[in-house]
Amino acid sequence: MFMFITKRILQALPVLLIVITATFFLVRLAPGGPFSAERTVSPHVLKNLNERYNLNDPLYKQYFGYLYNLAQGDFGPSYKYPNRTVTEIIHTGFPITAELGFYALLFANIIGLLAGITAGLHPNRWQDYASMSTAMIGICIPSFVLGPLLVLIFSIWLDWLPVSGWDVLAGDKILPSITLGAAYAAYIARLSRGGMLETLAQDFIRTAKAKGLHPVRIALIHALRGGISPVISFMGPAAAGLLAGSFVVETIFQIPGLGRFYIQAAFNRDYTMILGTTIFFATLIIVFNLLADILLVWLNPKLRHEAFRRN
Amino acid sequence: MMLKCRYQIAGPIIFIFLLLTGCDNQQLTNVEYGNQNKILYFGNGDEPQDLDPQITTGTPESHIIFALFEGLTRKNAATLEPMPGVAESWSLSEDGKRYTFNIRANAQWSNGDPLTANDFVYSWKRILSPKLGSEYAYLLYYLNNAELFHTAQIDDFNKVGVRAVDSHTLEVTLQNPIPFFLQLLDHHSFYPVHKKTIESFGAMEDRGTRWTRAGNLVGNGPFVLSAWELNKIVIVKKNPNYWDTDAVNLNEIHFYPVNDLITEERMFRSGQLHATLTGYTATEKIAWYKQNAPELIHITAGYATYYYEFNTTREPFDDVRVRKALALSLDRQQIIDKVAKGGQLPAYSLTPAGGGYASQVGLEFNIEKAKQLLKDAGFPDGKGFPKIELMYNTLENHRKIAIAVQQQWKQNLNIEIGLINLEWKVYLEAKQNLEHDIARAGWLADYVDPSNFLDLMLSHSGNNHTGWSSNQYDHLVSKAATMLDRNQRFAYYQRAEKILADEVPVIPIYYYSDIHLVQPSVQGWHDNVMKYYDYKNMSTSAATQ
Repeated sequence: MFMFITKRILQALPVLLIVITATFFLVRLAPGGPFSAERTVSPHVLKNLNERYNLNDPLYKQYFGYLYNLAQGDFGPSYKYPNRTVTEIIHTGFPITAELGFYALLFANIIGLLAGITAGLHPNRWQDYASMSTAMIGICIPSFVLGPLLVLIFSIWLDWLPVSGWDVLAGDKILPSITLGAAYAAYIARLSRGGMLETLAQDFIRTAKAKGLHPVRIALIHALRGGISPVISFMGPAAAGLLAGSFVVETIFQIPGLGRFYIQAAFNRDYTMILGTTIFFATLIIVFNLLADILLVWLNPKLRHEAFRRN
Repeated sequence: MMLKCRYQIAGPIIFIFLLLTGCDNQQLTNVEYGNQNKILYFGNGDEPQDLDPQITTGTPESHIIFALFEGLTRKNAATLEPMPGVAESWSLSEDGKRYTFNIRANAQWSNGDPLTANDFVYSWKRILSPKLGSEYAYLLYYLNNAELFHTAQIDDFNKVGVRAVDSHTLEVTLQNPIPFFLQLLDHHSFYPVHKKTIESFGAMEDRGTRWTRAGNLVGNGPFVLSAWELNKIVIVKKNPNYWDTDAVNLNEIHFYPVNDLITEERMFRSGQLHATLTGYTATEKIAWYKQNAPELIHITAGYATYYYEFNTTREPFDDVRVRKALALSLDRQQIIDKVAKGGQLPAYSLTPAGGGYASQVGLEFNIEKAKQLLKDAGFPDGKGFPKIELMYNTLENHRKIAIAVQQQWKQNLNIEIGLINLEWKVYLEAKQNLEHDIARAGWLADYVDPSNFLDLMLSHSGNNHTGWSSNQYDHLVSKAATMLDRNQRFAYYQRAEKILADEVPVIPIYYYSDIHLVQPSVQGWHDNVMKYYDYKNMSTSAATQ
């Protein structure tokens, strides 16, 4: 297992380097620079600004300079927010985005698994149709529609929850978490339904039934273990997607997370910020995929056996 | 048994979820709480880039900087006339070039240090230092030799037109008489900065040091910076060391960086905001407020113009008749009524009315004349007119207006144009390189004077994206800038506007309006064209929304 993990980490390093290199050169290919503005900046001011941030150096020099600083854990200053470093912005924003992502994932799993398992246990019955059509709606409604809709109902009409904010008023974390988690809940419902159906059709389930085990025990102990494997494979990319894709929800609910910076950095041509957040999220995606793989290996005896044998 | 067990787990998970998401329970809305405790809650557009008055260029930053710093002069929020600020009085030499400011004896920094004339000399030296790279330094070019110093052609700051005669007398020498100079002094680029604080976090010319953080920043305004949480909030509190602190009514102001207009409106509606400062309100909400809550929506004329720029170096826009035909065939009022919908005013000249000036000459709406001009240019009834493109930056409002313009030209002149939207920075670069046929533009003034707008079209102006130039126009506008007599100056500007109306390098479409949502409990709010908020004289009334 240790070898398996080490091998995966070593494989990840060249991937990261490719991400850094591609991002570094691509952002510089985009027209406009960090200091272009509607109110045209005079050439000598622009020259001084570029000099200050070493943007007048040849590109290769900037690239190696960046890698050198990066190796020392320095993401550089943000061009858009000159008195903040990229590290500081990530440090401030990420815990909030992570917390939002965590609640969203929690919500997605609770609702998704309940719906999926119910549907899987009652295929082609009303429970199945009800959960799956709700799930389809959940997948189809984008968060920029769902968010305002939930706010309208729960905040404006019923006045139960705050319209926006994070960690300011009681209950202000509920609506953003549901909005962000809804689409994932729907996916999880469909995946776990499929997984359950597949597992329930297998021989060992028939054997368990023949041995007279209680149907609930069969469903939750024997079938569920296999039934949720597609959900677990999905969990890695989902977790990363939740973190990197929280931009819309953060904007709707006025949440000071990292998602807003991630997107705005590209519009602002804030080179260091784009690179910093991209590297950060790339690392997260790699880590989450690795965790999902480890979990899968641990849950599935067949895979576990193979992983150990290979090593 | 197992099933029961699973449900037992689900219960606590949901409980923990709710518990974690809950926090301290404030029963009152922000507005109700603020009304009782003299705190104002404002929606302020974007996260401030910085709070260094010499570095920032954006409007959200300036709204906060107004509270933290004070210039030699202030403005009367109702009339926009200059009033004494740090300077209690001033005099002007006969030739209109030398101002002598008397700085208040009791003026001090928020840490208690006395504020002297030397602080202004230091501050203006800092903003003009080439290495600082201040994008607004050009506003100080009216000072003698300031441009030479800023462009590193001289390096002796003593030659620049600012001098501390003694600790409380500041002498400013201008290159030419500038009629709006007192007004300019209230721009944040002219604000004083605290030397000791700046230099304890880096060199004078360093950008983006930590001196502007809460706890570090020392200002001289009616408020001090109390908290600045990234993307969440900026809080300022009453400054006990401000020279006129007894006149300050508010205890605190909270600025929220809300960049989504719909979210901002929702926050306002649910009592989280006293007012929105940006002057933009979600278009789809304006009609509702006008109909149902007119007391909450403030619509005023802005000092800003929305216009289109022709690329006069390209066919067919190298022909003035074509430019004029297109400009004459636009029904601006219809665009405002059906599309923009925000109480804007139709624009027939580049400069909006303001500061006693209103353009007497301009374009008109005349389809017959437009058709004739197009025919004269060789495109009778639009026949043979080349396929051209109207370029704008990606934004819903710009798209809607571009579609309306496209339809009007099709209907009125029978010409087809394409629309092209570009991402912001790509659009800026394309305009800069004259890659457009027609491009959208907008200009918001820094001070109330026609020169703000007419300077745009000078041949050397970096903001003239038309390829058009006129020696006569340059001469008129440059000459007007040096005239002390207001009527004479305005007469020159009128002549310059006449050239614009004849040559049509740009099509003015509308003058922006500022649309604010303001709770009735906010006292001392004055709508004005400069979006100038005099927090010093604002207060809250106990009446709730």
